[in-house]
Amino acid sequence: MSDTKKFLYINRKAPYGTIYAWESLEVVLIGAAFEQDVSLAFMDDGVYQLMKGQDTSAIGMKNFSPTYAALGDYEITKIFVEKESLEERGLTLDDLQHLVWEDEDEDWAEKDSIRLVSRAELGDVMAEQDVLFNF
Amino acid sequence: MSMLHLVNKSPYENNNVSTASSTMRSDDVMLLIEDAVYAAVKGGKASTMLEGHKVSVLGPDLAARGIAEDKLASDVDVIDYAGFVDLVESNDKVQSWL
Repeated sequence: MSDTKKFLYINRKAPYGTIYAWESLEVVLIGAAFEQDVSLAFMDDGVYQLMKGQDTSAIGMKNFSPTYAALGDYEITKIFVEKESLEERGLTLDDLQHLVWEDEDEDWAEKDSIRLVSRAELGDVMAEQDVLFNF
Repeated sequence: MSMLHLVNKSPYENNNVSTASSTMRSDDVMLLIEDAVYAAVKGGKASTMLEGHKVSVLGPDLAARGIAEDKLASDVDVIDYAGFVDLVESNDKVQSWL
């Protein structure tokens, strides 16, 4: 399709203190139906969205974190996580969910979706995009 | 006279944890709830602002955010909702840093 555009969703908020994280996920999933070239970026407090082991049973809010694992099935295979944001918060990739997608061109081989990038590298990714969405 | 300093925003989003810690007196207690619980993660830049203070963290808000207790700075106290009520009751005043 010649009018495919490159969309980047930039997530910079923690998951439960505001509605931004959940709203972003909703828009991403709706947008996935339009067969665009979609990437996600997680930086600043947005890296907290991908923390594994989230259990919201005692705060009376929906735990939407399992949904991130379904992004691969929506052909969202590029998830950029910014390195400096993790480090500043005392986190490593091991604290985050292991997100994968299946490559149909390689007999459905499972591949990592998360790409750890520096702030400067994320700037390069942003520059390649046609449309930036901020949450 | 003791004061309970209540903080609910991420220390990486605004200065509330910093301001609270700078105004705390020796008998005061800080309680981290909602997104402020991220301040208590060991090795995070914000955890240094808690040093030398009595700090409690609300357990249900930690669990919601996937922060296990072994990820916390060693001197913070994890409490439940009943412990929150106890802190409000045992301190003379509550200062909410909004």
